[in-house]
Amino acid sequence: MEKFRTFTGVVAPLDRANVDTDAIIPKQFLKSIKRSGFGRNLFDEWRYLDHGEPEMDVTQRQLNPDFILNRPRYTSAQILLARDNFGCGSSREHAPWALQDYGFKVILAPSFADIFFNNCFKIGLLPIVQEGKIIDQLFHEVNETEGYALAVDLEKQILTTPSNAHFSFEVDAFRKHCLLNGLDEIGLTLQHAEKIKQFEQKRREEQPWLFS
Amino acid sequence: MQTLYDKLWAQHVVDTGSNGADSMALLYIDRHLVHEVTSPQAFESLKIAGRKPWRISSILAVADHNVPTTGRDQGIGDPTSRLQVETLDQNCDELGITEFKMNDQRQGIVHVIGPEQGATLPGMTVVCGDSHTSTHGAFGCLAFGIGTSEVEHVLATQCLLAKKSKSMRIVVEGKLGLGVTAKDIALAIIGKIGTAGGTGYAIEFAGSAIRALTMEGRMTLCNMAIEAGARAGMVAVDETTIQYIQGRPFAPQGELWDKAVAYWRTLHSDPDAVFDQTVNLEAAGIRPQVTWGTSPEMVTTVDGVVPDPNDVLEDIKRQDMEQALKYMGLQPNTPIQSITLDKVFIGSCTNSRIEDLRAAAEVVKGKHVASTIKLALVVPGSGLVKYQAEQEGLDKIFQAAGFEWREPGCSMCLAMNDDRLSKGERCASTSNRNFEGRQGPGGRTHLVSPAMAAAAAIAGHFVDVSQLSLS
Repeated sequence: MEKFRTFTGVVAPLDRANVDTDAIIPKQFLKSIKRSGFGRNLFDEWRYLDHGEPEMDVTQRQLNPDFILNRPRYTSAQILLARDNFGCGSSREHAPWALQDYGFKVILAPSFADIFFNNCFKIGLLPIVQEGKIIDQLFHEVNETEGYALAVDLEKQILTTPSNAHFSFEVDAFRKHCLLNGLDEIGLTLQHAEKIKQFEQKRREEQPWLFS
Repeated sequence: MQTLYDKLWAQHVVDTGSNGADSMALLYIDRHLVHEVTSPQAFESLKIAGRKPWRISSILAVADHNVPTTGRDQGIGDPTSRLQVETLDQNCDELGITEFKMNDQRQGIVHVIGPEQGATLPGMTVVCGDSHTSTHGAFGCLAFGIGTSEVEHVLATQCLLAKKSKSMRIVVEGKLGLGVTAKDIALAIIGKIGTAGGTGYAIEFAGSAIRALTMEGRMTLCNMAIEAGARAGMVAVDETTIQYIQGRPFAPQGELWDKAVAYWRTLHSDPDAVFDQTVNLEAAGIRPQVTWGTSPEMVTTVDGVVPDPNDVLEDIKRQDMEQALKYMGLQPNTPIQSITLDKVFIGSCTNSRIEDLRAAAEVVKGKHVASTIKLALVVPGSGLVKYQAEQEGLDKIFQAAGFEWREPGCSMCLAMNDDRLSKGERCASTSNRNFEGRQGPGGRTHLVSPAMAAAAAIAGHFVDVSQLSLS
């Protein structure tokens, strides 16, 4: 996983609550056995006017001019500003893969669905929870200012706006450590291999039916 | 004193982490269910890293999302779907993982076959790369959905890094009215607490109405916990649980059975256990539910009307309602029972078990699907459910009424195979999600119970199944 320390990027506002993972990446694209290439179909049903299928050449498809990410001022966006319960629904990691493959590095919302939130950290995409009042203010500022960018400092846990206002944010200490250092969680867990084996042995003795 | 969730959690902590109560704990996983959509990348990464699965016997695999529900003898037509299913077969064959292949009678939806085989047992931790893994919590186990990176993590280490959730108890007391089912309880709860109401919580369903549910009903309820935002839903173990498990292929036998049962009987919240939040519902007050929008929380009763966004003060909520009504092609104040349908789907990990099919067949028996319905599908949850239903003659009842009787799989719940809605088509569905495009691009989904879906198929529009039962 790539290290995440500080980052500054243009913000795109997606002003809808309960954006589900079916909307983020529709099911027809989940048939892939790869981890990459989902970005072109991110928000497929909102982003294009025609119906998309995996084999289609997206450069030949008609973009929906009303969809926020298709507006010229947001084409280089790397921070997504969203509303409550972002990423609800299916556990598909294809949703964070698609967001990351498209170019997003940070998602800001008042709340996230649990599984999606968790999945983001596993691939180095940073979901930041920020209180509703601040999110409202950011929506307002982004709409007002073309090229609006936020600076994210993960180490210090601070967001900085173009007018130099600072907002702190919370992040779990272990997840932060993994992101800052680009650590492979499986490798970390395997450092406990002996402990896992001992636990398993004890469990096998106490509840043998789980192992038959 | 402990909640059921506390007990399950404590039983599986290998390492508490170094950061006190706020730490990510290392949690041991007893059962890993695997399907074709969320596993190929995990198997590939495992291989690239030169790692092997930690405990092969903990894994049970099945293809369900992509499989066709007709013409299986001809294989899978769609080449990308076929490759995904073949990739699962290959990974399982190479590693020696137990898999029920497409033409095995035991094949079916992963959340139907786990319990059906006795591969889901009380006290276990059960994970799967699928959000509806919450289903298995019906057996007094800790079951939750994970992403593909976590699938790989469990394959490699038999553990997951997890943070303990808060606890919520949802108590449903009293007796359900005629024609009211576990699905209606689930939708009524989501209508009350919202799709984010359970975010950050593990939910325990309790109360006399829950105790009275069969295992099928409890699975339907726990299945929908994720639609309330909770990664895990659960019900305490009782006689109903134990009776369901006895004699199933993966269940313990003889002396081990007795030992297991003695332990399972401890799997309930202590009487004075404290929950972070409690929600109470009266069973008698729950009516058959129908969703009208594009989120499961957009739900009302069958005798209700489509709500009016103008009655909502909050801007974002009103916009979402307007957007949903536009997508659904519905006007405010339309009576639910006047909504006409194009298709009906009875199936999915929520409602495709034998009891669901029986309930639908009872409504359908001796009647015929309305001429305005283009397609009415029954997709059993597994080959064994299908077989059981055929032994009971349910297939004949459905077919005589004009329903199609299909092979098991996820089918039109998420339309990854050929079973789907076309643009603008309206469906009464026993599945779990009414998101935009979920059952096919532009398709319009109304979530209901199996009996409600069956009654809607016959009438061509929604009808109050509780009234039917009375007549």
